[in-house]
Amino acid sequence: MGWRNYLRQFLRDLRSQKLRAALTLFGLVWGTASVTLLLAFGEGLQERLLKNIRGLGENIVICWPSQTSKTWEGLPRNRKITIKDEDIDALRREVPGLTGISGEYSNDSRKFKVGHKVLVPGVTGANPIFAAMRNLIPRTGGRYIDDLDMDERRRVVFLGDGLKKDLFGDQEAVGKYVNVNGVPFLVVGVMQKKEQDSSYQGRDTDRASIPATTFRAIYGQQNYGNFVFQVADADKVEIAKDKVIATLAKIHRFDPSDSEAVRMWDVTENEKFMHSFMLGFRIFLGVMGVLTLVVAGIGVSNIMNVVVEERTKEIGVKMALGARQRMIVSQFLFETMLLTVLGGAIGFLISWGICAVFPAKLDEFVGTPVISLQVGAMTACVLGVIGFLAGYFPARSAARLNPVEALRL
Amino acid sequence: MFWNGKNGKNGGKSEGNGHHLIDLQGIRKVYDTGAVKVEALRGLDLAVRENEFLAIVGPSGSGKSTLMNIIGCLDTATEGSYRLRGEQVAGLTIDRLAEIRNKRVGFVFQNFNLLPQLTAFENVELPLLFKGTPARQRRERVELLFEQVGLSDRMLHRPVELSGGEMQRVAIARALACEPDIILADEPTGNLDTTSGRDIIGMFEDLWRKGHTLVLITHDPAIARRARRIVNVQDGTVVSDEAVA
Repeated sequence: MGWRNYLRQFLRDLRSQKLRAALTLFGLVWGTASVTLLLAFGEGLQERLLKNIRGLGENIVICWPSQTSKTWEGLPRNRKITIKDEDIDALRREVPGLTGISGEYSNDSRKFKVGHKVLVPGVTGANPIFAAMRNLIPRTGGRYIDDLDMDERRRVVFLGDGLKKDLFGDQEAVGKYVNVNGVPFLVVGVMQKKEQDSSYQGRDTDRASIPATTFRAIYGQQNYGNFVFQVADADKVEIAKDKVIATLAKIHRFDPSDSEAVRMWDVTENEKFMHSFMLGFRIFLGVMGVLTLVVAGIGVSNIMNVVVEERTKEIGVKMALGARQRMIVSQFLFETMLLTVLGGAIGFLISWGICAVFPAKLDEFVGTPVISLQVGAMTACVLGVIGFLAGYFPARSAARLNPVEALRL
Repeated sequence: MFWNGKNGKNGGKSEGNGHHLIDLQGIRKVYDTGAVKVEALRGLDLAVRENEFLAIVGPSGSGKSTLMNIIGCLDTATEGSYRLRGEQVAGLTIDRLAEIRNKRVGFVFQNFNLLPQLTAFENVELPLLFKGTPARQRRERVELLFEQVGLSDRMLHRPVELSGGEMQRVAIARALACEPDIILADEPTGNLDTTSGRDIIGMFEDLWRKGHTLVLITHDPAIARRARRIVNVQDGTVVSDEAVA
């Protein structure tokens, strides 16, 4: 008996058992939709959270020179540690595995004036490498500060997108000038909008960057307020941190175990926590999802068992007419699998539809749910196993019926 | 009515004279319900030749239904030998028994046993589906069978839309679908009015004349007398076996 005959038979049964088929299907659709949506939202949320964390920068450590809290080699406590270009150069030489390091000047008392608008944003004086470390990505048509700006101490400025909007509105800003405390600065770039869930000295959207050399020349500041370094591999951050402290301790003669001399903020710690949290979260969602599907599967199995019982007579007649065991098993297995596949497909389509019409403005809060291949494959596998198990046992009990007993009913 | 299903069958088969189509020897059937053992057949012997029209009669509980189940390969004997056209049936696998039921036995039941969700056509088609006959030949065969039972205009009706007599004729068409060696009818007129019952028995007589072998199980002496041989079963054994004049 070919599959086409099974299909014909299935459609006929469907006709005579509309309500039951509909309820079974509903269980499967509900189960599948729940699982795929749960996992899709989990996926979206994770992406969102990671994006927010990475807004500040990936695998970076931000360091603030401070005061010593321990005596060392006859020197007293409370000595101020200052970081200059020589220190940055020394660190670049001594610390292995760095992908970037830059000192950072900061200032938040300069008046930015465009036309009649005056704002007092935070200003960063930094190196070109700063853009890569801190994810300050220019919009098309603009750039971040480059090496030439540094060498020639150019008066150029890179604006955060929020700051640009406040100063220029919707007008193009690149190529125009901003008056900074009376000195005109050429706008060379505007930052692409980014999500950022943590910051120091204010969020990048409201800040401006100028070349460190220009900053030093105009404002006469030699010591960096802080410095930022980046490590290629998150696992190497600890080693790099120790090496940074050791190098600076040698230059500035402080106790390498003095945690106060240079304070550090390691952003990978947030990410590490996030990763273990998200892993747990996804396992939780996955288990919930699989359990939901199992409940649906038990429902299907239950119904198929009833079906076998109700159709004992039919099975008896078919056996009397010469249906082999395999045909009886195939018929019930086919029906269960078809119901499962159908329910799974509909549930999957519903989830997909919900994800497709998911309002983009909610992305900022819960992320955009994504039906990943992984989610799809997992759901398909679980559904397949459940469909098979739910169909196999009723089918087997059907095929094991004694034809004489079955006909007597 | 014209029956062409079995033309030339009597001479065509290879078994020699004296061989029986059905040959039961020392058949015992014990139902073991755990607490009690019921012996439904106690060493029953029965031989049926090609193209016999046989009625098995007996009171209820005599074992005649059990006998029919064993002849029809729906059940197997606890003990004894059953040869169907020379082939030993005892000890065959479940699937092999299914194949025998499919190709060599045609059942006609008291309550018709048509599947209600299928049309008359699909009901008759079932044994051919199980046999694996290709779709086109299936269609041709089923149409021919409906012509033979005179129900060509009822092919696409469902059983509930047919009268009792019509349902039994559909069942006969189904029994004939795979050109079986034996037609086994269990009280085929039990659920029919007198006229329809007479029609059905007439149809059996026609089949017999065309060369079919029929085994009819009944408790009605009037119907049994329409057969050519009456076997009386009581307490699990044959108590009388006589030809009808």
